[in-house]
Amino acid sequence: MSIAMLDWKPVFADKVPEKKTKISVKNLNLFYGEKQALYEVSIDIKENEITALIGPSGCGKSTFLRTLNRMNDLIDNVKISGSIVIDGEDIYKSNDVIKLRTKVGMVFQKPNLFPMSIYDNVAYGPRMHGLRNKKKLDEIVEESLRGAAIWDEVKDRLKSSALGLSGGQQQRVCIARAIAMKPDVILMDEPTSALDPISTLKIEELLVQMKKDYTIVIVTHNMQQAARVSDRTAFFLNGELVEFDVTSKIFSTPSDKRTEDYITGRFG
Amino acid sequence: MVRESFEQSLKELQDKIKEMGELTVSMLDKSFLALKGQDMEAALRVIEDDREVNELEEEINHMAVWLIVKEQPVARDLRMIIGVLKISSEIERLADFAVNIAKATIVIGNEEPLMDISELEAMKGICMTMLEKSFESFFEGDLALAKEVGSMDDEMDERSDNFYKTTIKYLSEHPQQSNQIVQLLFVNRYLERVADHITNIAESAAYLIKGRIYDLN
Repeated sequence: MSIAMLDWKPVFADKVPEKKTKISVKNLNLFYGEKQALYEVSIDIKENEITALIGPSGCGKSTFLRTLNRMNDLIDNVKISGSIVIDGEDIYKSNDVIKLRTKVGMVFQKPNLFPMSIYDNVAYGPRMHGLRNKKKLDEIVEESLRGAAIWDEVKDRLKSSALGLSGGQQQRVCIARAIAMKPDVILMDEPTSALDPISTLKIEELLVQMKKDYTIVIVTHNMQQAARVSDRTAFFLNGELVEFDVTSKIFSTPSDKRTEDYITGRFG
Repeated sequence: MVRESFEQSLKELQDKIKEMGELTVSMLDKSFLALKGQDMEAALRVIEDDREVNELEEEINHMAVWLIVKEQPVARDLRMIIGVLKISSEIERLADFAVNIAKATIVIGNEEPLMDISELEAMKGICMTMLEKSFESFFEGDLALAKEVGSMDDEMDERSDNFYKTTIKYLSEHPQQSNQIVQLLFVNRYLERVADHITNIAESAAYLIKGRIYDLN
């Protein structure tokens, strides 16, 4: 057999079932005053998947995450161009930010529970939206705490202060608080960076269970975490989206040398 | 360099597998010289050398597993380590075939002169070239060389088949030489298997280079 006759098709290729696009970002640019932080970012985030955003500090991944529920609106001098369409609606063309943030919930790096009971923390959002029915609130609180895999640990102390819980438990109550608003999308900004390894693994397990109900976008500095939990991974560098692909592809055979250098720790 | 000690460990791992490869090449060479010269003592020395290859394989396995645990490698680094692991087990099999050739030499003994084995020698030469190319492909990232190894394996299959047919014919004409002829047929089979294992090394090289699994056999 000659060399030319050899069929060099791979026996195995990375495959992920194609899902519907939940968030479609096109040519997104973001400026903090004169300084540009995001350059022409275009990405389709799929429904019921976990999308991980990775990259070195200052690469724009958290900035990008915050554009998805317009958290950057809270910062002065922010200018944005391009479009972010969620379920067919351009979120920067609508003025209803409250509705957007109900649909797109967020969990932060450190647990940021209010100094009130576990129950009141989870019921906070629904109450702010005018829900007063005790029975209905009880249902939402239980359902949300179950959804965040913390119900069994707190069901007998719902009226105790949430701040008495461990860091990992507090972070799961934060997730329950986000779920209580019945969002479609949950944004997570390094949700386990302040947690011990066991709490981290619990949250990771939880994320994988949650994706059947939610679309999750997570910023993480932990590469193994991105590899373990996400379906697709986006690598950002200096405000640019360098590579976005199926996670197994990114961590085994990335296409861009910059991605390879970053994930193998040869960056800089 | 951000991961200097990791780079160093990867280099050590590669040096070990090269050492294992060189030792095995020398075993195959020596086993063939022993066969050709009907030299029992040389054959016994080849059998002894196998222990060193086995030890090297064990050492490489330990190093690779520890590197995976310690460094959590990804992408090309991971493929390199997986490749070295797979290649070490292929080389260990090559060394076993050298031992088998040495054992065949002992069974043939030196009571009667050896028939012409120039074809087997030529096949051994092809195996050596294949091994050289597969190693170069792995360490230099040269995909074309891995492809060449695949083609050479086809040639080896053909030669082995032809040798078998002519030798079976020779056997029917010289039944009194059946002991050595049967052993030489075994050697023919060993060389054909050697080529298959070297082709697996070339597949590991292709996996390292492209991150895809190829079937060259």
